[in-house]
Amino acid sequence: MTTTTLAVLVPLLPFLSAAAGLLLGRTAPGFVRPLAVLPTLAAAVLAAVVAARQGGGRAIDAATQLTPTGSVPIDLALHLDGFAVLVAVLVGLVATCVQIYSTAYLRDDPRYPSYAALVSLFTSAMLLVVYSGDLMVLLVGWEIMGICSYFLVGHYWETPEARAASLKAFLVTKLGDVPFLIGLFALAADTGTFRITGILGAVANGGLDHPTLIALLLLAGVAGKSAQFPLHTWLPDAMAGPTPVSALIHAATMVAAGIYFVARLLPVFAQSGAALVVLAVMAAITMIGSGLAALAQDDIKRVLAYSTIGQLGYMAGALAVGDRGAAVFHLLSHGAFKAVLFLAAGVVIHAAGTNSLAAMSRMSGLTKRIPDAYWTMTVALFALAAIPPFAGFFSKEAILVAAEHTALGDRHVAPAAAGWTVFVAGLLAAVLTAAYATRLWLLAFRGRGAEAPDHGRQPVAMTAVLWVLAVPTIAFGLTVGAITDWFDGHSLTPTVTTAVLSTGVGLVGGLVTYGAWRHTSALAARTRVGTVVAHPDAEPALIEAQAMTAHTAAYGADGDAPDPADPGRLLLGPLHHHAAAGFHLDALYTALFVRPVQGAASLVRFLDREVVDTYVHGSGTLARWLGTAVRRAQTGNVQTYLSALLAGSLVLAIAAVVFANVNAGS
Amino acid sequence: MTLAATAAHSAHSAYSVLAAQPANPAHSGFLSPTGIEIAFVLVGIATLGAALVTVTTKQLVHAALWLVVALGGLAVEYLLLTAEFIAWVQVLIYVGSVVVLLLFGLMLTKAPIGRSPDADSGNRWAALAVAAASAGALVWVVVDAFRTTWIGLDGPAQGSTEVTGSFLFRHWVLPFEALSVLLLAALVGAIVLSRKRGKEQS
Amino acid sequence: MHLAYPAVLAALLFCTGLYGVLARRNAILVLMSVELMLNAVNLNLVAFDVWLRDTLHSGQALTLFTIAIAAAEIGIGLAIVLAVYRNRGSSDVDRLRDTAETDAAEALPDDESGTEDQATAAAGKAKKAEATA
Repeated sequence: MTTTTLAVLVPLLPFLSAAAGLLLGRTAPGFVRPLAVLPTLAAAVLAAVVAARQGGGRAIDAATQLTPTGSVPIDLALHLDGFAVLVAVLVGLVATCVQIYSTAYLRDDPRYPSYAALVSLFTSAMLLVVYSGDLMVLLVGWEIMGICSYFLVGHYWETPEARAASLKAFLVTKLGDVPFLIGLFALAADTGTFRITGILGAVANGGLDHPTLIALLLLAGVAGKSAQFPLHTWLPDAMAGPTPVSALIHAATMVAAGIYFVARLLPVFAQSGAALVVLAVMAAITMIGSGLAALAQDDIKRVLAYSTIGQLGYMAGALAVGDRGAAVFHLLSHGAFKAVLFLAAGVVIHAAGTNSLAAMSRMSGLTKRIPDAYWTMTVALFALAAIPPFAGFFSKEAILVAAEHTALGDRHVAPAAAGWTVFVAGLLAAVLTAAYATRLWLLAFRGRGAEAPDHGRQPVAMTAVLWVLAVPTIAFGLTVGAITDWFDGHSLTPTVTTAVLSTGVGLVGGLVTYGAWRHTSALAARTRVGTVVAHPDAEPALIEAQAMTAHTAAYGADGDAPDPADPGRLLLGPLHHHAAAGFHLDALYTALFVRPVQGAASLVRFLDREVVDTYVHGSGTLARWLGTAVRRAQTGNVQTYLSALLAGSLVLAIAAVVFANVNAGS
Repeated sequence: MTLAATAAHSAHSAYSVLAAQPANPAHSGFLSPTGIEIAFVLVGIATLGAALVTVTTKQLVHAALWLVVALGGLAVEYLLLTAEFIAWVQVLIYVGSVVVLLLFGLMLTKAPIGRSPDADSGNRWAALAVAAASAGALVWVVVDAFRTTWIGLDGPAQGSTEVTGSFLFRHWVLPFEALSVLLLAALVGAIVLSRKRGKEQS
Repeated sequence: MHLAYPAVLAALLFCTGLYGVLARRNAILVLMSVELMLNAVNLNLVAFDVWLRDTLHSGQALTLFTIAIAAAEIGIGLAIVLAVYRNRGSSDVDRLRDTAETDAAEALPDDESGTEDQATAAAGKAKKAEATA
């Protein structure tokens, strides 16, 4: 088979799996698990084959036109460059792991067939986005991901948090998608095509009339999808979904799509220095804000969610300094270690029976219960904190090197202001990243207190994939010399200055947190907080759903916990309260959007009930009155009827005579 | 009469209709009373008065009797219009049978003898309004239309028994026969309607 | 003779009959008024027939037919009135209000002897029910 055929099969297989799963899920439950896992696995293998064949050489382009679509043609096009094939491998790998993990995680869930089908559809959509060479086709995948995230985040729809989170995820991403769509149209209007190759060619020839406007419009959609400030608020709330879904969304699919899109169309963004500066500022705010917020969260998954936002901020920063190689490199390594983190967090939540770090910090022996999750999570947290030689170190270094070069004027793709912004924010965020990674590790695995409840051995399906994903987490960064072919051919190796600098600040962050923890952990024994859900035999998903509900009930908030033993509380000081609430951005949105919309809705309701309905009721009442009047006329007296009849015919006769005379006279 | 004579008569009548207006200079005024007209108007006033009393009197039997006067007056008017046969039929059928039937009806329904205060229904004023309005309208239209039209009553009587028999059994014989069927149907219907239901059941 | 005289007389007689039909309470008096209206029409027919000197004498022939039909009509009408009287105990036109659109169709508030009427009407209705049973 040619590479093109293989590449077509890659998104097609999960799609067929989704269709089959939705069709057969109810009638043939025995086939659901193989149908969910095997096509995704096959797609991952095929993606790897495609990546090997493409080999980082020239981009492979193939297109077919199903039907003429007017002035701007829409093609079913593939555009396989080095980024695309590598990201596809990551998507396939993570999706396969998630599918395998889910078979154990949701083993007793009655909605598992539809869940697995939606995960397959999600994967298929992301692969479509990755491979597509046409922006309209890309948009199709983009929107399918939006609706799939809505369904999957709302998987535990019995809980109000999940319902609210799924709606929020859908609406906030749609809020970005509207300008995104307009931006796509503007781009096509300027360049006359939706094909990526065509657009890039037009950009290279200077055929773009409104680069800043288009770039900013597209950035709105990217910010929504990739959870960048100020449209990031859906991501922490999306933790109300099952953990594998979080892993899928965070590591490989949904949030990566925005970064990947910018990476594909980077020349368009590079046309506008203003757009790059905006992107840099956005990335900087996202990095630092999410780092602070992550330090204050109590829910282990929300810590990871904010860390995802921060790492996406790094990627956006890399794009802001015009280095898409670094961005995609970080995307790949982040995808690997974030998948490990989430899947391990699922194991931790299952074993501990709680998602609260405060409760875990009062629990000892968790490491003995779940050694696989403990070790893989430790490795992934090192990668997150960018400690060499793990993957995160190399990818983050690549970004900081690019930012430093831009700031010092060695690179001229982006303005120096963007470079400085990204560099400084990146270093600050490195401190914060190391701090919250350390805090997470210490609170989760170094708790003191009662023995953790024994929930038996974790299923192999859940622990095995952790080790599978731990391999790239450890080793991917070391391949940095070998994979430059796939990244536009330019070097991603770290430089000594930035390496020492960032590792140094990371170590400082980690050590300060350790010190704070030593100081505060003595308090842990004095205050009792936390609730633990114990269902030794139930599926992990059930425990997670109940743990989330219990968390809100026990602490009164999704992410916050009144735990004086939290080192984050000591480190953040007065900021802690604001950081735990996500810097009150939700309250701001409530004041800015939700309240006016609700006000408008109640106004409409008032208008409908009181004004429009008045007319409706009025016409009804009028008809009723008329009916009553006519009813009164029905006396049953024949003489009255006859009188009225004759009077009427008399009037008609006189009218006829008079008009005849008038007409005759005229 | 032969067919040819009929045709000739028809032609003559058509001529006389056409020639009626210009050929009567003696009747050129709007009110130029001749003897017949005076008699017609006087009898007409009496007839109208009797009719008015018929529809307004409080005594039901008197209403029937005043109806006799009105119908008789109409018979006289027919005579004045030279329709002799119809006049006598009027007397025979209306005065002779219809009024008698009505009187029987009054008696069978135990109509009160003497003044009954509720002879008129509550619809009286509406009825008066409608009747007055239609009277005004009809009179206005009729006068407006036939202000200058005269009937030529000279010549042979147009409604003598001979003439009537002639046209009735020459031209109208089929409707005449059909009418007999209708009368039979009416007879049967009247009998069916007036039979007591109780006998049917027993 | 002036044609307006019989025409006006016929119109006035017709309207008199009209008033009688609309205003009289007793059904037989209504029939009398109908006779007046028919006769007004007859007068018109005769007068116009004489005026037109019609060869076929349609007017007079129609008058004869009308008289015959009127006789038949009076026979049928009286039979109906008698049947109604037997069923309802009254031949008053404005008390036959079964088609009235009221909840208590039998109650006639516009009459001074309302209770008595009600009783009569109820009795009539009962009788009718008996008869139809």
